[in-house]
Amino acid sequence: MNRVIEVRNLSKRYGETVAVEDLSFTVRPGRVTGFLGPNGAGKSTTMRMILGLDRPTGGRALIDGEPFARLAEPLRRVGALLETTAAHGGRRARDHLRWLARSNRIPERRTAEVLRMTGLENVARRRVKGFSLGMGRRLGLAAALLGDPAVLLLDEPLNGLDPQGILWMRNLMRDLAAEGRTVFVSSHLMSEMALTADHLVVIAGGRLLADTTAAAFVAANSRAYVRIRTPEPERMRDALAGAGIAAVAAPDGALEAEGAEPARIGELAAAHGLVVHEVAARESSLEEAFMRLTGEAR
Amino acid sequence: MSAGRAALRAEWVKIRTGRSTGWTLVLTFVLCVGLAVLLGLSMRGGFDRMDAGARANFDPVLVGFYGLLIGEIAFVAFGVLFVGSEYTSGMIRASLTAVPRRGVFYGAKMLTGALTASVFSLATGFATFFTAQAALGPHGVTLGSAGALRATLLACAHLTLMCLFAMGVAAIARGTALPLGIMIPLLFLDSQGLGNAPGIRTVAQYLPDQVGMVMMRAVPARPDAIDHRAFGPWTGLGVLVLWAAAAVVGGYLVLRRRDA
Repeated sequence: MNRVIEVRNLSKRYGETVAVEDLSFTVRPGRVTGFLGPNGAGKSTTMRMILGLDRPTGGRALIDGEPFARLAEPLRRVGALLETTAAHGGRRARDHLRWLARSNRIPERRTAEVLRMTGLENVARRRVKGFSLGMGRRLGLAAALLGDPAVLLLDEPLNGLDPQGILWMRNLMRDLAAEGRTVFVSSHLMSEMALTADHLVVIAGGRLLADTTAAAFVAANSRAYVRIRTPEPERMRDALAGAGIAAVAAPDGALEAEGAEPARIGELAAAHGLVVHEVAARESSLEEAFMRLTGEAR
Repeated sequence: MSAGRAALRAEWVKIRTGRSTGWTLVLTFVLCVGLAVLLGLSMRGGFDRMDAGARANFDPVLVGFYGLLIGEIAFVAFGVLFVGSEYTSGMIRASLTAVPRRGVFYGAKMLTGALTASVFSLATGFATFFTAQAALGPHGVTLGSAGALRATLLACAHLTLMCLFAMGVAAIARGTALPLGIMIPLLFLDSQGLGNAPGIRTVAQYLPDQVGMVMMRAVPARPDAIDHRAFGPWTGLGVLVLWAAAAVVGGYLVLRRRDA
């Protein structure tokens, strides 16, 4: 078992609307792979196609070289947490896990184990209808872990969790990957993924934008600049231009200069007799980099 | 094969732990048996006031089973909810992730529903017969009288097949609202004698529940009676099997083709 998810030239169209277009990437074991994209980028559609729930218009999605539908007892190999709660409201949490266990000949004791792992043992006999969003996510995760699978697909697992829950889920994902499992987790929040993922697959508009390590993505997409506030921005800009430094105006009237250290800019200001209120080195956030990248793709 | 057995076990847990299973089945039983008592008692007193024609056309077995036409509405709800709630709750995605081969999932679901329905139908059908005949008193018959056993068995088959039909329709509609919204009013109207209405009778007599009226008779209606039909009980069974099969096959084709 090589625990690999392979997406090859995957496409999904609904009539004229393109949800996913010629998407190819590979998800490998032993690390958390973030599947990143703005809302509506095609993340959930891609995950549903990997699970055989939606039929691709073109291309294939394979797990260990086989389509999901071909796997025998798939819950023992692939665990999935889908974005919507896939449990019947009238059923008790424990019973939901019991029928799942029966369907894949998973020993009954696993239901108690995953309920304990996800902190749901006290509500095991409660009906799912009364669950909060966070409890619903935990139940979904319990279902995903039921068969002790080597591959996990988690669609927006942090949605609806409180800060403690987010920290817990983040650590769990890292632990699962450290055990050698393949963890493929979607999110529309770059900041979350920067803290969790080792590798990133970034899509927008159904197309692949980046398939790289998280560190490389940050390096390639972050921007260092110096922020300058001055009562005379026009003269400052001329001074900078004279020294070969490009500067742009920020929305709040400050200047953002690239390619120079704050010290150099301070010296320039002194040489031109310019008053400055702020000279500070800044780095654009990952969120900005992500927005810029996905914004360009539209 | 083991995948099929595991899928059957899973569906069995679902049917036992579903909230709607209990109340729909209890309601079906109470309506069928309760109406059998009321109808039996009412006909017991009313028999003396009938004219000769009505007496000649009197079928105590059918009288006992009239209530099934109302009781089966709750039974149809059982079938619709068992299948349709997969879609309304989003559970279908968990089901197909656990059992991705759609034919295996669908077969297990239909078989579990059909087996549960047939065991329940047998219990309800025979309970209804004995209750009704007891309530009819001197006008009641025993299971040994001509056609009574056949009519009772076909009444059970009718209930089972109506449930299967409902399950298939829910799979075609991929939900509960549409099948319940259409089938419950239609069955209720139908129980008021849609199949007797001149004009639409030619077609209406082949509707699933109207076919049941023929299946449940011990004695065929006389040719001049308003509920006389162009076919007999066994043909009726065949027609109902076709209805149920069409719905079940239709549901499978929809499941196989559509995204979950």
